[in-house]
Amino acid sequence: MVSMTVNGASHAVDVEEGMPLLWVLRDVLNLTGTKYGCGVAACGACTVLVDGVATRSCVFPAASAAGKTITTIEGLKTGGTLHRVQQAWVDAQAPQCGYCQSGQIMAAVALLTEKPKPTDAEIDAAMTNICRCGSYAQIRTAIHAAAKA
Amino acid sequence: MVSRRFFIFSGIAAAGGLAIGYALMPLTTLGRARKIAGKDGATMVTAWVRIGTDNSVTVIVPHSEMGQGVHTSLPMMLAEELDADWSLVRMEQAPADKAFANAALAQGFLRGDKTIPSVLAGTADFSFRKIAEVINLQVTGGSTSVRFTGVEGMRRTGAAARAMLIKAAATSWGVPEAEVIAKQSKLSHASGKTATYGEMAAIAASFDAPADVPLKAKKDYTIVGKPIARFDIPPKVDGTAVYGLDLRLPNLSFAVVAASPVFGGTLKSVDAAPAKAMRGVKQVVKLADAVAVVADNTWRAKEALLALKPVWDDGPNATISSQSIFAAMDAALDAGKFKTDHSTGDADAVLKGAKKIIEATYCVPYLAHATMETVNCTAHFENDKLTVWGGFQDGLGARAAAAKFAGISIDDVSLHHTAMGGGFGRRGSTLNYLKHAIGVARQVQGPVQVVFTREEDMTQDNYRHASVSRMKAALDEKGKVTAWLHQFTEKFDPPEATMVNYDFANQASRYVKGLNPIPWGPWRSVDHTQMGFFIETFVDELAYAAGQDPFAFRRAHLGGAPRHKAVLELAAAMAGWETKPAQGRARGIAIRDAFGTIVAQVAEVSLNADGRVRVHQVWSAVDPGEVINPATFVAQIQGGAIYGLTAALYGEITIDKGRVVQRNFPDYEMVRMADAPQHEVRFIESGARTGGAGEPGTAPIAAAVGNALFALTGKRIRELPFKNFDLNTGNRRS
Ligand code: FES
Ligand code: FES
Repeated sequence: MVSMTVNGASHAVDVEEGMPLLWVLRDVLNLTGTKYGCGVAACGACTVLVDGVATRSCVFPAASAAGKTITTIEGLKTGGTLHRVQQAWVDAQAPQCGYCQSGQIMAAVALLTEKPKPTDAEIDAAMTNICRCGSYAQIRTAIHAAAKA
Repeated sequence: MVSRRFFIFSGIAAAGGLAIGYALMPLTTLGRARKIAGKDGATMVTAWVRIGTDNSVTVIVPHSEMGQGVHTSLPMMLAEELDADWSLVRMEQAPADKAFANAALAQGFLRGDKTIPSVLAGTADFSFRKIAEVINLQVTGGSTSVRFTGVEGMRRTGAAARAMLIKAAATSWGVPEAEVIAKQSKLSHASGKTATYGEMAAIAASFDAPADVPLKAKKDYTIVGKPIARFDIPPKVDGTAVYGLDLRLPNLSFAVVAASPVFGGTLKSVDAAPAKAMRGVKQVVKLADAVAVVADNTWRAKEALLALKPVWDDGPNATISSQSIFAAMDAALDAGKFKTDHSTGDADAVLKGAKKIIEATYCVPYLAHATMETVNCTAHFENDKLTVWGGFQDGLGARAAAAKFAGISIDDVSLHHTAMGGGFGRRGSTLNYLKHAIGVARQVQGPVQVVFTREEDMTQDNYRHASVSRMKAALDEKGKVTAWLHQFTEKFDPPEATMVNYDFANQASRYVKGLNPIPWGPWRSVDHTQMGFFIETFVDELAYAAGQDPFAFRRAHLGGAPRHKAVLELAAAMAGWETKPAQGRARGIAIRDAFGTIVAQVAEVSLNADGRVRVHQVWSAVDPGEVINPATFVAQIQGGAIYGLTAALYGEITIDKGRVVQRNFPDYEMVRMADAPQHEVRFIESGARTGGAGEPGTAPIAAAVGNALFALTGKRIRELPFKNFDLNTGNRRS
């Protein structure tokens, strides 16, 4: 049994210690907003916040999540209202296929927590997630807009 | 046979209100579709709208959203002609609506000479082909209900519905139709009478749809041409969009599959015991060319699959490599048994007598699609009926293929669309994941989600083909091209991708085909990807050989192509072509006409000490005829350029011992945020037939960047990707 708090709710899950957090979220807790893209920490699609830190959950073992507070894309809204980063994403019409965007948004939330007014260079350095559709310009716009919101 | 005019069908919607469909036929512009459609004389194309008694307008779109915005752009066209209040417009993807699948509704139509619905260009070429197959299937099945949509279809449907609503109001109010005003989903008359569309829908449904209806003039548009927010975006920012991999059903199993790593190989045997001993594993499924582990979650299936040691019969392809493939291409080009692609004048004769001849050989490697969501499909057999769920670029084609794979009637297959994590051609006509899913589901109780890992996705793709191109041209003393000879390997779609829009006298284009067994698939912009690089790099070489500026040289050869010339001039103006770039930077230019949209791009680059390129800025001038949704269109041009830039800088799939070498993103790198150039896009709306959005931006970028590199270093790189070269010296990295 591994106990963790996900989006404010406590869960005890009976999984192998080595099962990556990604699959605990997706296949055990049915929180499918967090995506599988590569499984080797190379794309960022699986990014969640672990105690507030952007983490690639596909290589983060369940055992390491014990006692931690996890936030996924499903946990960003408060009372049905979009998080300002999500709202900025809508305003910038950032998603294309949308598949990478949960991870992009979570990475952006972490970036803005650390650097409330990131420069373009700081965005380049922090936002290393792949968007195969090539929505980088809209993502950059959205981050700058969220920083002002 | 039905006459060559069109019909619009109307009827009562299931929930009351008005339902209208519109059908088009035949397809006369696509050679392949024409051929197949010719068998039964007809291809039907329909689009539908439903007006509810609650005044809602539901547009039914039989096409898949991949992020290109088609689920919004098509309804925009219909709503424009309907004069609907956009806030009341909804989108529904067929075939969720039963009325839509009702064969009895689809009986007439016919309007000749239509081209591919522009917003769909890109998926359209293979969609059409597949639809043509479905027609055949349905004809044998006695059904004629085949659905597709078109710009004209959407528009005419909207206009027809508007005319019927006006007639309903006129009849009810006892006033002439000409005095009824339809606007913002409301009908009104000078006498003060008003009604919503919804209130008149039931009466409107009692009329026959008009045989012909006028369409709006562009100047009267209130929806088309505006940056309208896409319907599909809200669920993509809060994690609620359900992609294929996100589907969760009662009693769902998860299967991870591994096919023969050598193309064409088969499964000899596999000892299932190591997997079966692992937690959560339900079964090991053997297929002719693959093995799958079925478990209670994806990760357990994936881990258990790694524990298996399948024995493969590699078949005849185990010795091929990229090296042997390229050697075979060279040999075939040397042997010279060409098929003619196109030819005007006598290029060979002119080249024989020419004083100044320029020659160059180019090549590009295989490319994988690497859609962000790996391919997958959920399937369930129950009482000999098959249900499949997944992301498909062409639902009808996938349904027909599913029936074929399963060996059952198409009527026994239902298909449900999920959101799609990228298409780019991968989720069109190449359906190995569907085939595997059906094979696995046959042997499993209950629904099963068949998942390709990233490694499987990358090594079992249908690839953009590797190819070699030999170019030869003659220049006269004024720097005019007097002969153009292009000899290359492999040709797929679209046929015109090898054409040049320059007024070169004496052109010949020929190719050799079918040289290797690597599975091919359409890849964003299809043959334009490599042809853009080959042709526009060689044209650049000709400009330098003629001692001319690359922009001026191109413009001088676009005398017969005013739209292209205007686009080229706009791109140059946007980039400030005449001004010198900053120290250490240089610019390159290229132009392509792909899927009916002309794009000229200027790229500005610099090099780092390590000989790697940085693309700082791209300027794109684009003439798509008409822009439906500018926000979406800009994003598509930018995204298309990123896709092409990834190919130019990094993209390379190599083959060794019949297998794909690259397995995941660490060895198949992508352009990321830090690599992504600033990219300004501007449109020329020439009013020509509407062109595509998703693919044209991909076609010119590799040449634009390569041409900029040459301007910077004087070294011409004739082979992609650029990462394989130290660009300072032009030498291949070891
Ligand atoms: S899935 Fe975790 S980084 Fe790609
Ligand atoms: S929106 Fe498709 S991968 Fe980013």
